[in-house]
Amino acid sequence: MQIPILSELVAQGKTADILFWVGCSGNFDARAQKVTRAFCEILNQCKISYAILGNEEKCTGDPARRAGNEFLFQMLALQNIETLNQYQVKKIVCTCPHCFNTLKNEYPDFGGHYELIHYSEFLNHLIKEGKLKVSKSSEKVSYHDSCYLGRVNQVYEAPREVIQSITNELVEMKRSKSNGLCCGAGGAQMFKEDEPGDKRINVERAEDALSTGARTVLANCPFCITMLQDGIKAKDKQDEVMILDLAEFILQNQ
Amino acid sequence: MSLQIIFFILLSFAAFSYAGRRFYKIYRLILLGKEEDLSDHAGKRWANMLRFALAQGKMFVRPVAGFFHLFIYLAFLFTQIELIEIIVDGITGSHRSFAPILGGLYTFLINFIEFLSCFAFFATVVFLFRRNIVKVLRFQKPELSGWPSLDANLILLGEILLITGIFLMNGADQALQMANHPSYHHTGSFYLSRFFVSGSFSSFSADWLMIIERMGWWLHYMVILGFICYLSYSKHLHIFLAFPNSYFSSLEPRGKLTNMAAIENEVRSMLGQEARHSGAKEDFGVKDIFDLSWRNLLQAYSCTECGRCTDVCPANQTGKKLSPRKIMMDIRDRMEEVGQNINEFQERNAQAVFESKDNKSLFDYISKEEIYACTSCNACVEACPILINPLEPILQMRRYDILVNSGGPSEWLPMFNSLENNQAVWSISEERTAWIQS
Repeated sequence: MQIPILSELVAQGKTADILFWVGCSGNFDARAQKVTRAFCEILNQCKISYAILGNEEKCTGDPARRAGNEFLFQMLALQNIETLNQYQVKKIVCTCPHCFNTLKNEYPDFGGHYELIHYSEFLNHLIKEGKLKVSKSSEKVSYHDSCYLGRVNQVYEAPREVIQSITNELVEMKRSKSNGLCCGAGGAQMFKEDEPGDKRINVERAEDALSTGARTVLANCPFCITMLQDGIKAKDKQDEVMILDLAEFILQNQ
Repeated sequence: MSLQIIFFILLSFAAFSYAGRRFYKIYRLILLGKEEDLSDHAGKRWANMLRFALAQGKMFVRPVAGFFHLFIYLAFLFTQIELIEIIVDGITGSHRSFAPILGGLYTFLINFIEFLSCFAFFATVVFLFRRNIVKVLRFQKPELSGWPSLDANLILLGEILLITGIFLMNGADQALQMANHPSYHHTGSFYLSRFFVSGSFSSFSADWLMIIERMGWWLHYMVILGFICYLSYSKHLHIFLAFPNSYFSSLEPRGKLTNMAAIENEVRSMLGQEARHSGAKEDFGVKDIFDLSWRNLLQAYSCTECGRCTDVCPANQTGKKLSPRKIMMDIRDRMEEVGQNINEFQERNAQAVFESKDNKSLFDYISKEEIYACTSCNACVEACPILINPLEPILQMRRYDILVNSGGPSEWLPMFNSLENNQAVWSISEERTAWIQS
């Protein structure tokens, strides 16, 4: 697959309209890499002028900041901002709502001002503009709101509109939108075990997902996908229920 | 001046000055927090206050509690008219001094208050029922055992006494009016007190009715005075503090944590960039209440322990120790303790400046197990009807533990190391773009 890298474009005297911020998961996690590829395939299909930073991209620092390691967060943030400003990046699209949030809400404090768009909003625009073709399906699906897209940034409708452009069978979980239950990964929990308790958070959320009866559960965040997948596995339902990303769902329904 | 007037004035003065001293003390405790300039965006702040405190914009997310709470709130709000009249009557020795001035409006207002009080009575019974019989889950959490539970029940019982006082006084008054007693101004019918009480009073002599009327009047007023003094020790301070609290709530995006300016200076200098915050004070996160913003401290005193935050917290729901409500309660308890220390200190050294030297901190109240169980999902922030943010102190305490103690879960060390060395959360030897080729 052809993935344009910003430094290479610039060396050729070219530029890109929008930067795709891939994020650590999208780059390194095998499951999230599939999402990255799916989204790039859509970008290529729609002939979007985009680029990624490639090896110049560093973690946004979200997990460090929420773990309390402000020093480490600022080291990463200031270096990223230096890179982004050097390329005069104006518009960024993210597949990870944590990267999205940090770039959008936290980088301005340090001199990084960009227009941020989460890929669920971006996909929604592409579908509405007719640039991205999808086919109708009658599949029953459910959708998990990630905290950092939903509650934190109040994006509830764009991902639902994407789903509804494909299927009318969207079954909401009992806790959804502003009342959605966390997958258990935020606040750097992704990188540690749960504290002692009755149950893991991702298992609790997987139960919500399973009780919808949908065989496909859609998510918009690489951490949520991992957590839900593990939760479904803990309930031994991995052969019946699939956790899919929005971009993957679109590619399956074209 | 009659004895009754003197007694009224002395009692009121004693109660109000006692309460005033307590409120002033709380005000000073809140100012022990770090400075934060919140004088900006007055328009938005007023809008928040009107929407969330006055109009209870978020209360109805939970319809049952929101609905019954509304009755108690409205009854409280409108009973203030009656309270003003009681104070005027008490000082001047008059009886229902507003009635001749307001005429028909007076009849309407008192009837309105009676109806609201009746609903509020019902709501109070429902709330007692929910807490003690149905045992709604969020009222059964460990942080509520003991005093907080008793506190909630005491307030509800006080509410019942308050309303009983209103009906005793209005009922007896109506009976006296019906008997055409010369000292009792005709106010028109108070339908509910006639319905409930005055009928059963009809066989009483005028003297007895006058005694009952006075008893009701004094009961109502004494409960109010008691309430005002009790408030500062109770979770019930929210009836006042919900207003400034929602006014001063953060207007920043939820996903933005506060900057640590001194660290920014340091990191910029390491990267060969210019420092931007000259004179920034050293800041290592939050160890004690002095490190929190005064806004956070105001929030601790505004919390009414309803537990909507804890009820939606993913960690709490899966049996972890973390409870956002407990975080706010702990901050308040620690503030009270600091207040005690200051009192003792001032008794010994009247002029010296106080520094907290009890070798305790918020970490004596809030365990690391609690702060590290948080997923920063913002459910607690979303849930609070009066815009309290329990997440902020949690993450700021993490900062202290990580930056000063190098604490935190050991599982985070590989992540920190990897971020430092590879600028990625996982330590992977591949290049960031390796996935393109694979």
